[in-house]
Amino acid sequence: MAIELKMPALSPTMEEGTLAKWLVKEGDSIKSGDIIAEIETDKATMEFEAVDEGTIASILVAEGTDGVKVGTVIATIAGEGEDASAAPAPKAEAPAVEQKAAESEAPAPKKADSGTKQLASDKAASVADPEVPAGTEMVKTTVREALRDAMAEEMRSDPRVFVMGEEVAEYQGAYKVTQGLLDEFGAKRVIDTPITEYGFAGVGTGAAMGGLKPVIEFMTFNFAMQAIDHIINSAAKTNYMSGGQMRCPIVFRGPNGAASRVGAQHSQNYGPWYAGVPGLIVIAPYDAADAKGLLKAAIRSEDPVVFLENELLYGRSFEVPKLDDWVLPIGKARIMREGKDVTIVSYSIGVGLALEAAETLAGEGIDAEVIDLRTLRPLDKDTVLKSLKKTNRMVVVEEGWPVCSIASEIVTIAMEDGFDDLDAPVVRVANEDVPLPYAANLEKLALITADKVVAAVKTVTYR
Amino acid sequence: MAKTPAKSRKIEPPVTNRERPNEPDRYSASKEELLQFYRQMLLIRRFEEKAGQLYGLGFIGGFCHLYIGQEAVAVGLQSALDGEKDSVITGYRDHGHMLAYGIDPKEIMAELTGRAAGISRGKGGSMHMFSTEKKFYGGHGIVGAQVSLGTGLAFAHKYNEDGGVAMAYFGDGASNQGQVYESFNMAELWKLPIIYVIENNQYAMGTSVNRSSAEDQLFRRGESFRIPGIQVDGMDVLACRGAAEEALKWVRSGKGPIILEMKTYRYRGHSMSDPAKYRSRDEVQSMRDNSDPIEGVKKELEALGVTEDQLKPIEAEIRKAVNESADFAEQTPEPDPSELYTDVLVGTY
Repeated sequence: MAIELKMPALSPTMEEGTLAKWLVKEGDSIKSGDIIAEIETDKATMEFEAVDEGTIASILVAEGTDGVKVGTVIATIAGEGEDASAAPAPKAEAPAVEQKAAESEAPAPKKADSGTKQLASDKAASVADPEVPAGTEMVKTTVREALRDAMAEEMRSDPRVFVMGEEVAEYQGAYKVTQGLLDEFGAKRVIDTPITEYGFAGVGTGAAMGGLKPVIEFMTFNFAMQAIDHIINSAAKTNYMSGGQMRCPIVFRGPNGAASRVGAQHSQNYGPWYAGVPGLIVIAPYDAADAKGLLKAAIRSEDPVVFLENELLYGRSFEVPKLDDWVLPIGKARIMREGKDVTIVSYSIGVGLALEAAETLAGEGIDAEVIDLRTLRPLDKDTVLKSLKKTNRMVVVEEGWPVCSIASEIVTIAMEDGFDDLDAPVVRVANEDVPLPYAANLEKLALITADKVVAAVKTVTYR
Repeated sequence: MAKTPAKSRKIEPPVTNRERPNEPDRYSASKEELLQFYRQMLLIRRFEEKAGQLYGLGFIGGFCHLYIGQEAVAVGLQSALDGEKDSVITGYRDHGHMLAYGIDPKEIMAELTGRAAGISRGKGGSMHMFSTEKKFYGGHGIVGAQVSLGTGLAFAHKYNEDGGVAMAYFGDGASNQGQVYESFNMAELWKLPIIYVIENNQYAMGTSVNRSSAEDQLFRRGESFRIPGIQVDGMDVLACRGAAEEALKWVRSGKGPIILEMKTYRYRGHSMSDPAKYRSRDEVQSMRDNSDPIEGVKKELEALGVTEDQLKPIEAEIRKAVNESADFAEQTPEPDPSELYTDVLVGTY
């Protein structure tokens, strides 16, 4: 029986790709490990290696074909059982016509979808920012590009700014956020480090004390736990301990929160951890415009900033104003959607779910106001309380653990300063209180969904 | 105030008065042992190829780091350990080490697909697999963490006086983490029974050793802690086994830790989502053609009169076992939803 070669996925999120090049032809004999084709997506080119041994019986998808769905049969191999007779013959024995028919059906693999799919849906509507002057041209930009543009602009205008981290230079960023920076700014200002998080976080902090403006990239904030002592004990406390003499203007940035199926050690939201530390600024943007405007503000700040990005949002596109210098204020929340019946407070990837839930609720006659905190420390209490005064009901949405969370803090604020405005207890929607499991079904159960937000809103509105 | 160096004292060459392990001999294996090495390495190779394929089809998610090319290291070293006493710990590229311990491929593959029958009941995934029964302590996702943890395992061996040795594997990338050196210091200070195995596959993700390491001869990394190091051809299973014998002799006799730098190579990217553009195809091909550990054993076997035809049934048997593990891993059910809340704590409070 012929062995079918199927279009592979290069990442958990890939659905289709380009079959860029065949490195074998029909009749070639291949063995395990041979590179037989090159496959491209918008992010990368990968080599496709043979696993089975035999003779290429037929090539079913020509090179240069775009949009080949993952799982499509792209070639067949006559296996070892047959090669005694078929191997020397260059003629393919499998009937190609029959295989073509099978190909058109493109059998979908029984893919175990990640629970993170429910976090980043396209259903959340794009929101206009009132801070953008009327008539400004808007440009569709991914969060990834917006962050890169913010760094590039600040590096152009301030020679003290440099970027340091693992794989930021020659590899162009583990998640391609620093793409192109090495080419433009050179190896003096875009610096690859060894895998030594504690070391380079300290080197960055010292460089900031010495008058530079470092942007330290962590491949993910999970690895920043190796370095957290410098972030808190060295960077956050310097200004205070020196009686205001010694500044530490540094940005620690990188992806934070759950990513797709990477398990317990690589899926954590550190927002609440850092937001508890006096002396730090903590920013966690949702869309591309905020990512750009706030990263520029973070780099310009004289204080140490922890800048929490989200890998699941990197590839998503949003409108970014085309302005020479788009800088946003630190410490100001943003009303993403106005409403009168309930306030949904969130930040980072939770904002998308809050917006999606608000759409659903609108269909059911509940008018929700959605607030994106954007900065977690200092927290914009005024915006939260003003909204509560208007709606008298509140739900907090957080992709992270519930205990001692940002949601806990918002609840406290509502109790301490907004108690008289509350018509119902505040409800929080957070991940389950367990380490994030790997199994796809458990991962889905552990993470928040828009449906859970809708249910919580119905609880506080007594619907 | 810095001390003024005593001018009159003659400075001794730093190593002469220190005992060093012997340069290891290449292990001379019997035909049966060689066949066993061949079988184990081929199992890892075929298993990893299949895992890569299942990843491509979406059965395996997240990060998946394959061991292809490095098979001789885990097989050669672990074959020398005493399975009753000695413990092993490694990083996230852990499938090969588990297979080298004879753990059922079905249980490993089912963990990769996140199923209840997986060795961590589907909750750990590729990077987080453990078998306390085999004294295999994982399976750790944070670069370098296993070096301190392995040192702790060695501490426990010494504390319990159980005669066991800990073997802690880490990569050339991890060898730059600070905690590695903090651990080295304590291990030598307290003469802990540990073999530090640096699997130098020459690339820490996309960064080559000489772009990240001031001392790129990694076996020397213990010198300032007085830990001896040996550089080993990690593509030769017999060299690996020979080095393990020498290292075990050193550690078991109470002389404290030792470092083995295994010069090896990974054929695939760092993880499944790494296109590996930082090295040339020729470089990879040349390693495959000239240094492949499995082909190497095949040649040894040939010299002992074992023909290709005699190896065919072994290959078929391995292919069958791997295919069965994949079928099992695709079909066996996911964990019960109630498993979400189990194992967070041991006790109830």
